[in-house]
Amino acid sequence: MEFFRFRRDIPFMRHALVFNVISLVTFLAAVFFLATRGLNFGVDFRGGTVIEVHYAQAVDFTRLRSAIDKLDVGEYSAQSFGAANTALIRLPLKPGVSSAQLSDRVMSALKADEPSARQVRVEFVGPQVGKELYENGALALLLVAIGIVAYLAARFEWRFAVAAIVANLHDVIIIMGFFAFFQWEFSLPVLAALLAVLGYSVNESVVVADRIRENFRKMRKATVTHVIDNAITSTMSRTIITHGSTQIMVTSMLIFGGEALHYFALALTIGILFGIYSSVLVMAPLVMWMGVSREDLVKPEKRPGAEGDKILP
Amino acid sequence: MNRYPFWKYALIAVAVAIGFLYTLPNFFPEDPAVQVSSSKAGVKLDAALLQNVEDTLKGAGIPFRGAVLDATGVKVRFDDPDTQLKAKDALVAKLGSTYIVALNLLSSSPGWLTSIGALPMYLGLDLRGGVHFLLQVDMKAALEKAGDRYMADLRSLMRSEKIQYAGISREGVGVGLRFRDESERNKALVAIDRNFPDLVARGQDAPGGELRVLAQLKPEAQKRIQDGAVQQNIQILRNRVNELGVAEPIIQQQGAERVVVQLPGVQDTARAKDILGRTATLEIRMVNEDPGAQEQAVAGQVPFGSDLYTDRNGVPVLVRRQVVLTGDRINDAQSGFDQRNNEPAVHVSLDGAGARIFKEVTRENVGKRMAIVLVEKGRAEVITAPVIREEIGGGRVQISGQMSTREANDIALLMRAGALAAPMEIVEERTVGPSLGKENIDKGFSSVLWGFVVLAAFICAYYMLMGVISTIALSVNLLLLVAILSMLQATLTLPGIAAIALTLGMAIDANVLINERIREEIRWGATPHAAIHAGYERAWGTILDSNITTLIAGIALFLFGSGPVRGFAVVHCIGIMTSMFSAVFVSRGIVAVVYGGRKKLDRISIGQIWRPAAAPAVPSKG
Repeated sequence: MEFFRFRRDIPFMRHALVFNVISLVTFLAAVFFLATRGLNFGVDFRGGTVIEVHYAQAVDFTRLRSAIDKLDVGEYSAQSFGAANTALIRLPLKPGVSSAQLSDRVMSALKADEPSARQVRVEFVGPQVGKELYENGALALLLVAIGIVAYLAARFEWRFAVAAIVANLHDVIIIMGFFAFFQWEFSLPVLAALLAVLGYSVNESVVVADRIRENFRKMRKATVTHVIDNAITSTMSRTIITHGSTQIMVTSMLIFGGEALHYFALALTIGILFGIYSSVLVMAPLVMWMGVSREDLVKPEKRPGAEGDKILP
Repeated sequence: MNRYPFWKYALIAVAVAIGFLYTLPNFFPEDPAVQVSSSKAGVKLDAALLQNVEDTLKGAGIPFRGAVLDATGVKVRFDDPDTQLKAKDALVAKLGSTYIVALNLLSSSPGWLTSIGALPMYLGLDLRGGVHFLLQVDMKAALEKAGDRYMADLRSLMRSEKIQYAGISREGVGVGLRFRDESERNKALVAIDRNFPDLVARGQDAPGGELRVLAQLKPEAQKRIQDGAVQQNIQILRNRVNELGVAEPIIQQQGAERVVVQLPGVQDTARAKDILGRTATLEIRMVNEDPGAQEQAVAGQVPFGSDLYTDRNGVPVLVRRQVVLTGDRINDAQSGFDQRNNEPAVHVSLDGAGARIFKEVTRENVGKRMAIVLVEKGRAEVITAPVIREEIGGGRVQISGQMSTREANDIALLMRAGALAAPMEIVEERTVGPSLGKENIDKGFSSVLWGFVVLAAFICAYYMLMGVISTIALSVNLLLLVAILSMLQATLTLPGIAAIALTLGMAIDANVLINERIREEIRWGATPHAAIHAGYERAWGTILDSNITTLIAGIALFLFGSGPVRGFAVVHCIGIMTSMFSAVFVSRGIVAVVYGGRKKLDRISIGQIWRPAAAPAVPSKG
C-alpha cells in the first residue's frame, strides 16, 4: 500500500506567500475571538465549584434549576454532561461560604426535590489556588516555548528555531481561538493537551528541518527553494501517516473517553490537524524568507570521509 | 549485516521479561477488604484480635475469604463491596470503640510477585474514588494564638515574681503590659528577658505618662511558630483521619502554608468532609458575670472587652474577650462518667503549661463560670460554660453537669477537634465517588484498547511484515510503560491513561520514519540490507530531536501541573523514554532476527514500494 505517489517534488514554495497569508488570517481570527469572546475558563482557573450529579432517569432541568434558585448561590450554570441522566452544576465563588457547605446545601436541595439524585463528583478550587494554576499554566507555556527554541537553535540553526516556534505557537493560538469561538470549557487537561500539542507539533518541524539539512548536503547544485520543496515532498508521507496514526488514538479517546476527556481530545484533534499545516507550510516559508542558505546548515570544512556524500554498497 | 550482537538480544529479552513481571499484578483484581487496626499505644494487634474478628463475622453470618494477621492489623477479604460494608458495620459495632475499622482494597496478586516489589499501578483519586483536600493554614492567626499563649504565660510570670502591674493585653502579635511604677516595670523587663528568650521586651512611655512594656516575638521565633503550627495541624488531621477509618491516607505539607489531605477509597465523602472540615480553634475564657451586664448585652449594648455568644442550645452567654487558655494546650478530651454521681462528663487533660495556668485561674475564680468557646471562621459558639467548683491542679479537668451522654460525646469530640494550632481553610477540594472512578477506568481502558487495535491494523496493512514488527515494538512499549508505572508506583489518573493512548500514537512516528526511510532507500536503488541499515541510521537523529522536544513539554507540565494533570505529565515523559527504546532498539532487534541472518537479501516485506515510471521495477540483485 502506498498512498503517496509523487512523481516529482511539489512546488510548495512557489505558493509560500499564499500559505503565509492564510496562516496570518487564521491567526488574526483566533486572536480576535480570544479578545472579544475570551476563553471559557473552567473551575480550575477561575475558582468555584463543580458538582456532577447522577439521576435514575433523565434530568428535568427546569425542576433542578428551580430547586437551586431558592438557595441564592449566585450566578450558576446547570447543564447535561454526557448522558441524559447526568447534570453538571457550576457554582461561582461565594466569599465566606466554604465549598463543603455550598455543595452540601445544593445536594440537599436536589435530593429533597428528587431522591434519586446522587453526587458522584465535586471539585472546588479557591480563588488563590485558581490564580496560581492560571499563572503556572502560563509559565509552563512560556517555558516550553523557550526550551524548544533553545534546543532547536542548538541542534539546527537560529532561523529554524524561531520559525518553528512561531509556526507552533500559531497552532496553540488557533486551538485557543477555537475554544474561544465555541466557548468550550478551558480546563487544566485542555492546557495539558495544548502543551502536548506544542511538543508534538515541533516534531514535524524537526523532521522537515532535518530533511532540509540533509538535502543541503546532498543536492549541491539545487536552489534553496528546490531544496525545501524536496524536503517537504519527501517527508509528506511520513507526516500524514504519523498524524493519521495519532489521530486514530485521539478519535478513540473522543468516542470512548466520555465527557471527562472530551475537550482534551478535541484540543488534540485540532492541534494534530492544524499541526500538519503549520509545521510544514508555515515554518518552511518563514525559514526561506529569513534567508536560510546552505552555509548555515552545512559546515564548510571538509573532513576525510565527510558526511554528506552517501556511499552505497 | 543488520545483525545484533548477542548482548543486545539479551538486553531486549531481559527488558521484556521485567516488563511482563511488573505488569502482571495489574491483572489481578483487587478484593474488597476490611482492615482492623489501632493507632493507640498499648492496644495489641494479636491472635486474640484475629479470633475476635472471625467470630464476629461468623456470628453475623457474613461470609469472608481469608482473614490474615500482619504487622498493621487484621485484614479480611470479601467477595463484593456489599458484603464488605456489612462486615464493616458488624465489626464497628463490636470493636469500634477500641479499634479502627477501615475499608480497603487489597491486591490479590500472589505472594511471590509482591515479594519482588511488583504491585499494581497506584490509582489516582479520579480512578479510585476518594477525597482530596488542600488546606491553607492561617499564619497570622497562628501568631495571634501564640500571642494569646504568651499573654497567659506572662500573667503567670508576673504573679510568681510578685510584680505589680496594671493591665495586660494582646497587641497584634505581641503582649502589652501596663505599669504604675517604674521600678516594677524594670523588674518586669528583667524577668521577661530571663524567662522568655523568644520574646523581645521593650519599655515604652505612652502619652499620658503610662508606663508600658511591649513584648514581641523575635523573627526566628515567629518562623518557628509558623512551621510548628503546620506540623501540629498535620498531626491533628492525622488523628481525625484515623477516626474516619481510611486506609492509606496521605497527609502532607505542601509549601510553607498548606497541607494536602488525600483519602482514597472513601465511600462516605460527606462525612469525611465534615470531620476534616472542622477547622475551628478552641479558647477558654471567663464569663462576664457582672450584674446586669448580660441583660444589657442581650438588649444590644455589649460592654467593652466582652463578646456575646450563644451556647449550643441558643442561650446567650456573655464572655470576656481575654483568652485564658488556648485550645492547643488540651492534650486529650474523652467522654465518660462523673465518679461522684455517675452523670455523663467530659474528662480533659491539659499539657504542662496549660495545667499550671488552669490551676491559677481556677484558684482565683472559684464559683465563677468559665466558658469553653469554639471559634470557627469568625463565628464563635460556647460549647459549655461550667461553674468552677474548686482549684484544679494536675491538668486533669472534669466538666460535668446537665449533659446527656451524647452531648458529652459531642463536646469531647469538639474539644479534641478544636485543638488546632491555627485555623485552616479548605482552598481546593476534589471528590470523586467510587462508581465514577470505576467508570473512568473503563472509559480510559477502552480508548487505549480500541485505538491500539485500529492503529495496529492500519500499520500492518500499510507496511506488511515491517508493520507487524513495528506493532510488536509498540506492544513492548506499552508493556514497559505499564511496568515502569507500576514499579515507580506513580499515580495513574484519567489524563494519565489519555497520555498512554497519546504516547502510543506518537511512538508509532519513530517506526513510520524508519519504514518510510527504508522504502525510500530501496526506491533509490539500495539493496534491502543497506536500506534497512540506512533507514535506522538516518532516522535515529530525527527521532531523538523530536522526542526531546516532546520531553521538554512533558517536563514543563510536570513542574507546573498539579493533580490529574501531573499524572498526565508523568506518563507522557516515561512514555517518551520507553518509545525511544522500543521503537528503535527493540524493533531493530526483531528485524535483526528476521532478516539479519540472511547473507543475501532480495526483498523485504515492507508493503508496496512505488517507483515513478522511469526507475526499474525490480531492485537490482546484490
